[in-house]
Formats: sequence, C-alpha cells, structure tokens
Amino acid sequence: MAAQPEQFAAPMIRFIFNGTAIEARPGESILECAKRHGIAIPHLCYKPGYRADGNCRTCMVEIEGERVLAPSCSRTPTEGMKIHSNNPRAVNAQKLVLELLQSDMPGQTGSPHSPASELAHWVGKLGVGKPRFPQRQQPQPDLSNPAIAVNLDACIQCTRCVRACREEQVNDVIGYAFRGKHAKIVFDLDDAMGNSTCVSCGECVQACPTGALMPARLAAKVLPDQQVASVCPYCGVGCQINYNLKDNRIIFVSGRDGPANQSRLCVKGRYGFDYVYHPDRLTNPWIRKSGMAKTERLLSPSELTQYFRPATWDEALDVAAGKLNQIRDDHGPKAMAGFGSAKGSNEEAYLFQKLVRTGFGTNNVDHCTRLCHASSVAALLETIGSGAVSNPVRDVAEAEVIIVIGSRACENHPVAATFMKNAAKAGKILIVIDPYRSDLARHASYFLQFRPDTDVPMLNSLMHIIVKENLQNDTYIEKHTEGYAALKQTVAKYSPEKVAPICGIPAETLKEVARVYARSRASIIFWGMGISQHIHGTDNARCLISLALLTGQIGRPGTGLHPLRGQNNVQGASDVGLIPMFYPNYQAVTDPQIRAKFASLWQAPNLDANRGLTVVEIMHAIHDGVIKGMYIMGENPAMSDPNLNHARAALAKLEHLVVQDIFFTETAGFADVILPASAFPEKTGTFTNTDRLVQLGRQAIEPPGDARQDLWIIMEMAKRIGLNWNYPEIKDIFNEIRQATPSMSGMTWERLEQEHSLTLPLLKEGDPGERVIFTDGFPTKSRRGKFVPADYIAADELPDAEYPYVFTTGRQLEHWHTGSMTRRSEVLNAIEPDPVASFNPLDLTKLDASPGDIIQIQSKRGTIKAIARADTGVQPGVVFMAFCYHEAAANLITNEAMDPFGKIPEFKYCAVKISAAT
Amino acid sequence: MLAGKSRQREQLIEYLHLIQDKFKQIESRHIVALADELKLAMTEVYEVATFYHHFDVVKDHTQAPRLTIRVCNSVSCELFGARQLLKYLQNKYQGDIRVQVVPCVGRCQEAPVAVVGTNPIAKATPESIARAVTDNQIVPAPLTYTDYNQYRQSGGYRLLTDCHAGKQSLADIIKTLKDSKLRGLGGAGFPTGSKWEILLQQPKPRLLAVNIDEGEPGTFKDRHYLESDPHRFLEGALIAAWAIEATAIYLYLRDEYAACRDILTRELTALQFAAPVKLPEIHLRRGAGAYICGEESAMIESIEGKRGMPRLRPPYVAQVGLFGRPTLEHNMETLYWIRDIVEQGAAWFAGHGRNGRQGLRSYSVSGRVNKPGVHLAPAGITLRELIDEYCGGMLAGHTLYAYFPGGASGGILPASLADIPLDFDTLNPYDCFIGSAAIIVLSDHDNVRDAALNAMRFFEEESCGQCTPCRVGTAKAVTLMEQPVWDQALLEELAQAMNDTSICGLGQAAPNPLRCAMKYFPEEF
Repeated sequence: MAAQPEQFAAPMIRFIFNGTAIEARPGESILECAKRHGIAIPHLCYKPGYRADGNCRTCMVEIEGERVLAPSCSRTPTEGMKIHSNNPRAVNAQKLVLELLQSDMPGQTGSPHSPASELAHWVGKLGVGKPRFPQRQQPQPDLSNPAIAVNLDACIQCTRCVRACREEQVNDVIGYAFRGKHAKIVFDLDDAMGNSTCVSCGECVQACPTGALMPARLAAKVLPDQQVASVCPYCGVGCQINYNLKDNRIIFVSGRDGPANQSRLCVKGRYGFDYVYHPDRLTNPWIRKSGMAKTERLLSPSELTQYFRPATWDEALDVAAGKLNQIRDDHGPKAMAGFGSAKGSNEEAYLFQKLVRTGFGTNNVDHCTRLCHASSVAALLETIGSGAVSNPVRDVAEAEVIIVIGSRACENHPVAATFMKNAAKAGKILIVIDPYRSDLARHASYFLQFRPDTDVPMLNSLMHIIVKENLQNDTYIEKHTEGYAALKQTVAKYSPEKVAPICGIPAETLKEVARVYARSRASIIFWGMGISQHIHGTDNARCLISLALLTGQIGRPGTGLHPLRGQNNVQGASDVGLIPMFYPNYQAVTDPQIRAKFASLWQAPNLDANRGLTVVEIMHAIHDGVIKGMYIMGENPAMSDPNLNHARAALAKLEHLVVQDIFFTETAGFADVILPASAFPEKTGTFTNTDRLVQLGRQAIEPPGDARQDLWIIMEMAKRIGLNWNYPEIKDIFNEIRQATPSMSGMTWERLEQEHSLTLPLLKEGDPGERVIFTDGFPTKSRRGKFVPADYIAADELPDAEYPYVFTTGRQLEHWHTGSMTRRSEVLNAIEPDPVASFNPLDLTKLDASPGDIIQIQSKRGTIKAIARADTGVQPGVVFMAFCYHEAAANLITNEAMDPFGKIPEFKYCAVKISAAT
Repeated sequence: MLAGKSRQREQLIEYLHLIQDKFKQIESRHIVALADELKLAMTEVYEVATFYHHFDVVKDHTQAPRLTIRVCNSVSCELFGARQLLKYLQNKYQGDIRVQVVPCVGRCQEAPVAVVGTNPIAKATPESIARAVTDNQIVPAPLTYTDYNQYRQSGGYRLLTDCHAGKQSLADIIKTLKDSKLRGLGGAGFPTGSKWEILLQQPKPRLLAVNIDEGEPGTFKDRHYLESDPHRFLEGALIAAWAIEATAIYLYLRDEYAACRDILTRELTALQFAAPVKLPEIHLRRGAGAYICGEESAMIESIEGKRGMPRLRPPYVAQVGLFGRPTLEHNMETLYWIRDIVEQGAAWFAGHGRNGRQGLRSYSVSGRVNKPGVHLAPAGITLRELIDEYCGGMLAGHTLYAYFPGGASGGILPASLADIPLDFDTLNPYDCFIGSAAIIVLSDHDNVRDAALNAMRFFEEESCGQCTPCRVGTAKAVTLMEQPVWDQALLEELAQAMNDTSICGLGQAAPNPLRCAMKYFPEEF
C-alpha cells in the first residue's frame, strides 16, 4: 500500500519576501517560489528543467545580511530569511544588467532574429530605456547549417545552448571558449556550425532566449497563430511535439514535454517535417496506362505521367478493389496478400489487417517488423510469452548497469540515447557492445568492439562466467524459470578463454562485464538490429533473454529487456495484429477458440485457419506464381526488402498491385493503381512507441489536393470488397481495438485526448498503466520464463577470396529508412544529400582510395556505386551503408537468407568486393 | 607523450602544457587526439585550451614562433616605460620571434620587465633584451636558496615530526594560530585558526589546496619566499595537512614563475626521497596564464582540469571543494608563517604591529621609491612610514601623489591619505582594501586616470567571462574610461551594479580604482 504522500513531506520553509511572509517547498529556488506566488523576477540564463547556472545576473535579489546581492535562480530560502526583489538596490541591479546586455544587441533594440526574445520581454517589463553603453564589435552570422541559423550578434552568453548540447542531449558540440569579452559560443574547435559534428537536434535553438540560434531561413521569424500537440512520425522513441502553424501552414516544430522525450527532439523530428510540402506529393489517384508494362527498373517521379494516367477516386477505387476481388474469386484467398504500415496509426493498421483477413480471407498480412525485430519478438514470445519491452527507456535512471548491444542509439533513437548518455554521466555503468564504435561508446565504462557475427559465443561466455563464479540468481531461477539445466550444459562449452579469440574481446574483459552485470542492483539490456538482423537473430535474442533470466535482472525498475522499436508505430502495428501468425494482442490465428472469438467480433465466419506468409516469403510466393494480388499501404518493399533485384522482379510479376502512399515511391512504380494518402500531420490517430506508450497524434493540416485520409481509403476499399463497416468517428475504431486487444481495453479516447499518452497494459478504465511488467512471472502457460540455449552458427554468406569484405547495412541519423520522406525534406537532404559508404580509413588506404572517391560495391546479387567516407568507428574489413538512397540501394546487395524462426533477413552480414568505380 | 600516464580528466591542463612545451603551440590535431585519449568532447578540450593565455591554440600546419618575448604592461611596468619598450620591440622583432603583451608577471620591483622565453629580464632595456635573444638565454638563471638539507640542518621539519609523533596538540596549535591573529595573506583575510576548525567539522576525506597563483598586479611576496626558503612554506603546508588529515595536497603555481617551478620540483623530490614523516600525496600543478585562477574556487576548477570559472557560493569551498571534497585552501605565505608562529608563539607574531594593529605583513612595494621589493614590516604601518623607513624614500625628483594600497583591485588613495594604517579592515572606510599588500607608489610624474584605466584594462583582459556585470561591465568601463571626458554618473551606476551582482571578487573589486579616481582625484577630470 502506498503511504499518503503528505505524511512524509518535508516541512515548508517560511521566510519574508518583499515584506510578506511566504512558504517555499524544500529544494525550491527563490525564483521558482516567487513565480509560484505570481511574482516575476527577471531571468535569462535560467531555463526550467535545465540545471541553473546563475551567470546572467538579472535575477538578483537582496538577502538581508549578505554583502552582495544573490541570484534567486540558484539560491534556496532558509527559515526566516528576509529577501527583496523589488527594492531600489535589487531593481537598479536588475535593470543595469539588462541594460548591459541590451547594449550589445543588434541595433541595441529588441532582438531582431526572434519575435519572442526573452531579453526584449524583460527590458520592456522593467522599463529599461535605450542603452547608454556603446555596442561591442559584432560577430558575423553563420548560416552554414541548413537547419539552424547562428547569429551571435544576439548572443548574451547565457550558456543555455551549452547546457542544451552538453548536459541535455550530450551531443557535445557546443562549447564556451576563450575568456572575458572574447568568450564566445563555439562549435567543436570554433568551426562553422555546418562543418561541425553538430547533429542539428535543435535543442540549442529551443533553449536560446534571444534568437541567436534560430531555425534557418527565417522559418520561425513569425509568431505562430496556432499550435497543435502531436507526436513525431519518425522513430519508436515517440517524442511529443507541437506543430506551430501560421495561416494553416506548419512553420516549425517544437519539443513538448512528453514522458519519452522531456521536450527533446532530434533533427528529423524538429526539422524533417517539410517533406509534407514537397511537390512530389501525390494529389490524385493514378491508374497504369494500358500498354505500359511493368519493368524491374525503378521508375523516377518524372516518369509518373508517362506510365500512369490520373483518375477519379471512384474509378481508381473500383479498379483497385475490383481486380483484387477478381483474383480472390478466381484463385482463392491464398493468392492475396497485404502489406500494412508501421508508420500509420493503430486505427489504420487495425482496419488494414481486418480488411485482409475478413475481405481477402487470408492471413497473408505483414509489415516491416519482419525486417526489424521479428527475431527478437520470436525469441521473446517463445521464452517469456510477450514481445513487449519490460521497462521503458527512461528506466536507465533507475538502473545501475546499462547494456546497449547491436544498436547505434545516437543515430537511430537519438533522444533515447540522450537519456543513456545522461545516465552514464550520472555515474551509471554503461556497457556498449557493438562491432561499430559509435558516439555512445565514448561515454561507456566498457566498450566491447567484437567481431561481427559472434554474438552467440560472446553472450554464452558471459553466462558461462556467471555460472562458474556462482553469480546467478538461484532464487529467481527456481521461482520464475524453466530449462536451466539445458542452458547450463550449453554455456559450459563457451569459456571466455575459448571465446576470446573468436569474438575478439579479451577474456578478462568478458569476465568483468559478466560480473558487473550480474552483481548490480539493477541491470537493463537494450538492443537493436545488430542482434536481430541475422539468420541467428533469434538465437542472439535468446541469449540476451537467458542473461536476464539467469541473473533475475528483470521485473523490477531499472532492469529488463528492451528491444528498441524502430518505426514510430511498429509496436502498435504488431499489437493490433498486422502480422500473419497473430490476431490483435498476439493471439494465434491457428487457435480455433481464438479464431471463433474474432469471427464473432468481426462477424466474419470464414477466417483463414492457417498462419499467413511473411514479407520475404510473400516475395518468394509471388515468384512461385502463388500470390497474384497485393494491397500495399505505407510500405516500400522495393527499397526495404533484401536482395532487391529479386524483390523488385516479384513486384513486377504481380497481376495486380494497389499502392496507397503519399509519394510515388519506388514500390508505387510497380503498381496498377496508386491511391494518394495522408501524411502524418494530416491525420489523427493513436501510435504506440517503444516504451508501450499509446500516444495521440492530432491532425494539424489538410492533405494536399485530392489526397485523402488513409482511414477513408481503407474503408472505401473495404466497402468495395464487400465488407460492411461503420465507423462514424476515429474513436469508434479505437473502441473496437480495445475490444480486440485486451492490453488496451482500459484506455479511453477521452482520456487520451486529455492526457496525450497512456501506458499499456492498461486493463481497467482508470488504471495508471503498467510501466514495468513481468513483475511477478510471465504470461506463459507455466508463468515461467524459459531458457532456450543457442549454439554458434555463422552467417549465411561469409567473406571469401572473391568477396573479401563484410557488407552491413543500417540507417543514418538524418534519413529515415527508405528515404521516401527524408530525401524530400529540404533540410535533411541538404545535410546528407549523397549515398555514402563508410570504410575504416586503413581499408581506404589499402584500396588506394580517398574519402570522396566513387567506389563500387558488388555482391553475388547486385552492384552499386557510392561515395567513400572514412569512419574510424568501422572495423577494418567491414563496409557500412544506409539503405535510404534509391540511386545506390544497399538492399540490391543484401542477402535474403532468413532466420528460421523470425523469418527476418540477414541484413547485417553478407560478402562483397570493392573496387574503384570506372 | 602520454605513455604510462593516467587518462583522468583532471590532467587535461597538465597535458596541454606538455603539448605546448613540445610544439610551442597546440594545433587542432592535438586537440582532437587529446580529446580522444581522455574520452572528452573535442569542444571541451578546446574550451579549456582557449581559456588560458599560455596555450597558443592554432589551426593545423601553423608555423610556431621560435621564441616569444613577453612584455608586462601592468601598472608598475607602465610607470617605467613598458609602452615605449613594447613599441620598440614590436618594430624590431618580426617573423619567427613573437612579441606579446602580458599582464603582471610578479616582478614589479624590477619594472619594466620583459620575459625572453622563460627568462625574466629585470629593468629591461632594448639592449639587455637583445643580448638575451642573441645569447639564447631563454631560461631563468639558477638561484641560490635554502634547500632541503640546509633547511633540515637548521631545525626545519622538527615541528612537523613532533606533530606526527603526537608531541604537539592540535587544539593547542589551533589556539596559537587564533591568538596570533594570523589571517589569510592572499587577500581575503580569513582567520587561519578558525578556518582549520571549520574544516575539522567536515567529513573526510579532506584535501589541502595551496594558492601560489600570485597574480594581483604589484604582488611578488610569494615568489620572494619561494625563491629563498621554500621548505618553510612546505612544512607549513604539511602541518596544515596533518591538522585536517588531508589525503592529498595540491600546489597550484602560476606558470609565469618558471624558476619557482624548478625549485619546487627539485625540493619536492628531495623531500619525498628522504621524508621526515609519512607524506600525503603532493601534486604540483601549473597555472596557464589566468589571474582569475587566484580566486579560490576558480583555482579548484583549474586543478580539476577545467576552465577557471569561479563557482557560485554557497556551498563554500570548505564544504564542497576540490573534487567535491571539503577543502582547506590557503595562500602560500599564510602557510609560510605556521612554523614560526607555532615555534615562537602567538604573542611573538601578534606582538608585532603598529598604529594599534597586530602582526607582521610582507609588503610588496613597487613604483616611485628608491628601494622597491618585499618589505617585512609591522602590520598597520602607514604608507609614509613604509616609504621612509623601509623603501629609502621617494625617487629623486618625485613627490608622493597617490598609491595603490592593495594591488590593482584594492583601490587608489591620494597622498593626503598616506597616514592610514595599512592592514585588514583599516582601509575599508575609504572604499579600499589591503588585499595581498601590494603597494604601488605613484608620484607627481604620474596620473591616476591612466593608472585606473590600466587597472580596468587588466580586469577586462582577465575576466573569466562567466557573468554579465564583469564580462560586459569591464569592457564597457574601459570604453567609457578611454573617452576624453568620463561620464562619471554612468560609471558610478555601472560600478555599483558590478559590485552588487558579480559572481566573484574580480568583478566586485574591478570598479575600485575607477571609483577612487573619481572620488579622490577630481582635479584630474
């Protein structure tokens, strides 16, 4: 039972403020206490939520008995103190300091770069007149960063940007260099911002009080007339944002204080919204012209009108659904398949899988989770009965030891990474395990740069050490697990001495890491694609799960297993059943009782009793002539599937393909009908982030031209396929989801509208939602977690004499996945416009190449050309590319060999040869 | 260069020195490499390196000067022709010999001073400088001083040994210090015995930090004692460390005192090689050209390998100091007197004094007197008495006109106030203070406006840049003071705000010379 908080609250502090007796909360600064009582003391360097620095000296108050004035932002009252903020001495000081700052502003008046300068506000409020001091020599503007304009002539050296960059985001780019009147804000070694290691997260822009740092190109020069609270469309962190609009147009995005992000954002969330206004936006339906056959070659946006003709919605929908119906009727449900979107809302994903299951009559519905955490989820379901994360990202503050394995969090979950960096700086033990030395590694107490592909032996050796040194948690094992004997037997073979030469990590280091993880009060494991995108991805995840079960590091705050979810709604899409083997809430399609339940809920008596095909299997099935008709919404398999030559040939082979998207993507080039859909800011819906937070995204603008809501399109398709749906409002879909998905049954739309986000599982209305799960056993039949041991299997395609390099793929900070959105964002594409392949500098020397040279990368499956980039974080013998560049699609090269359990392709490892491009 | 050395962040400034010493500058590639080695952000290393004027931070492939000649331009040196000397040198030496203006190097009795490499040239002339350059005399000449063996032979370290052997009572020693009225001789004047008592109430581990950053213009007493009798101070430090059970001692030495660094390095080695008692760790840290690092919390930041930016107080250094631990911080000279006071008794020390004051004071006197230098005199002596009895009177042809009673920050007084006792507290009613007892004597050949502007330029240059009133205030004050007519009302408003709102003593005291000039020398305006 929780005790009543009032019983244990520390006593209030009574003191006299401006002659009146008031009370301060323990730990509350004088400034905050005054604010709470409606008294505004001027302040500039203080930003609520940031550490107070007390350097601007505008918040001065007189504390009786002290020789000099005190900064109210950095002092807490003591009992009986007598404080004055409005006597002549204090006010004169406040005004003079403001006057000093104002005298150095451009034109010595206001602050021309920002419409809402805090300095101008206080100058006005205190009646500081025209400054009587001469102006300093002003620095030149720095407009080198496509996203951020730097005008240090408006800088007051308050260092809020320094704290933003070094203490909040820990990107460590901004410094306060030199001394005295020469002291200035610098980027790296006083480089132009655009040439520095700045990642354009914009935290500094958000922090700057005077407009010295602003969005580029005067984007925020006008004051917005409307603000819409929503969520970021990009990654699984699920940062809450505000769309700031003027005349119904988004002019900039700012961070909102959400549970996952604390007002922080990354460059994509903050500056990557402009793709919605790109001229390439589809604004009307398109139908393939008769006679224009499908090619395996990608079509460029300029070829759209050559191959397709515009059509009305009625015609397009009739053709789209009509032909799908025909295929279904002629060849049966097994000839049908659908790809839904992990970027769309839960409501869209739910309706889409319902359409495929009840309209097409097949379970051949899947989405890009297959390419992402499918192996992690397979392992989690197999061992502990649930693929959900056990603890949220911000539990790093509760942990003592944090492992991050196979994840470049700084690039792919940037805001989540800021909390990991905060935790490391606060003294937690961060252990980064990755073949790539990322920015996160610098902050780690242990960095294990192991040989790619050797996760299983390495993780087994950690468990070997734990068992050998008797560091396992016997109580936990006995109470909550099964299969321990088998695990013990397997890990016995993997001594650190034997494993060290295999994985390239010294035995002593393995021992230290094992001990630290096992012994700590709370250890948590985060992982990413480095673990999952292998043919032994499920094995890799099995080892991580066993580590946690072995040591009891799960089911408590600061512990657990967290596969970092990539897409903003991949968790939600899976939760609502957009996958071939499960209905909503991971209920098996093959189970007759469960099937009956959904048949009843959906009034669909003929649900398919077999599990459906997954993404890569569907491509094979198309080649085999089994699947002939597909409906693809918000997915781009022509760029995201492995072995693209093979995948694209499959897409070209389909008899009928309907593509619903916001751009003429690479996949749309293979379509028969293209339906123009709504982008993220154009829709309202719920989205579930990696922490199991269901958050409300709200519509801020209208879709362009005749593009329509995805929900409307799905419902129109459903109507024509013969489904009798009635959802007058979006919340009606949400309410049906609640019925289908017990973990969300206690959530209400009204509560989401009020609170913006709710944690699942939330079973009864009014419940707070369970932040930490598996606190007392697991949702398996036996309530126990199962140890499933794994032995070392090598990757499917190892380097050899002809193909001597390892090719690995992943993502980049500035670009999202297949690039359909971000390469159409002016800002993001300006920062990273060209396809690059990263090499270790020693390898470039060996290849007689320099950074900037065009090199050719070739595997057994395909060839691409890219620009060479040197990266000391990449191991010798390895080449890395992001898969977002259509002109150099990395997936032309990758291997579609699949993990047998998760069916996820081995994106992370194949063999290539490198040569200079001719 | 870093082989075998620790990679702890606190060593950052020491390692920047290694690079500067070897390459005569610090290039971008060095910063990037050092950041990598210490696992710091590049910009963090850059911030620290550019804060300190002794580090020449340059872009890659810059040619380093072969030799640097540093000319002091603080108050005393300016009185004796520093400006003309500088102009001459800047014309003569171009190319690979660089001429640099620097603030007070702590040799004011030999003004004007030029430092060729690390070799200080007293009463520098173009000829003496040229000779040092051509003869390649770029390091200081060796000095004679009481070394370890001589110090021990004459009774040194016996007191320390007694303390460790339990033959001295800590309570008695503290009482002696309190009765002696010994106060911090760096300038803050905090009673020494009381400070030890406060530290003893703080939890362990505790640290001792010694301030040898002696940067107040006009001050050179610490250098004087280090160059003559270093172990007397070291013994005082070790006794203080014994008293508070300090686990380590950090000595922070201004880098302009190259000869002192040699002496301390040699003598610390001798001491550690044949230690009379079990010694705590003793670390010698180099300053890097920042007056502000003489401020107690800025010095601590510098020892931690950061920029010398003073901390907000509370909490005070005694509670949260070096590396977050309770820290006893003392000026070097305060520790120098511990042995004598304990051996000879509180009454001996307190018995000295004049004009109703108690104790002894080492006055660093420079300017228009016949015998400038360190004069150990009774505390409370007046300027007139000091000049007549110790300094051999004013220079021929010079009449007393004005004086700085406490370095650049202690204000300026007129000849009509030359009979005030010079001590803690006695000058406060006149809006001045004694600080480090650095007395600069001006004559009718000089004008106070120029001296006040010189002082304000010094503070502008030395401001750390952290807070608005000091960073911007000193700069605005300089611009206003460079005008033919001073806007005195505006300057007074500015001075009041600087005094009321600056984070540390630099900003708070910077207006003192300005205010004194306006108050006591109206005829100059």
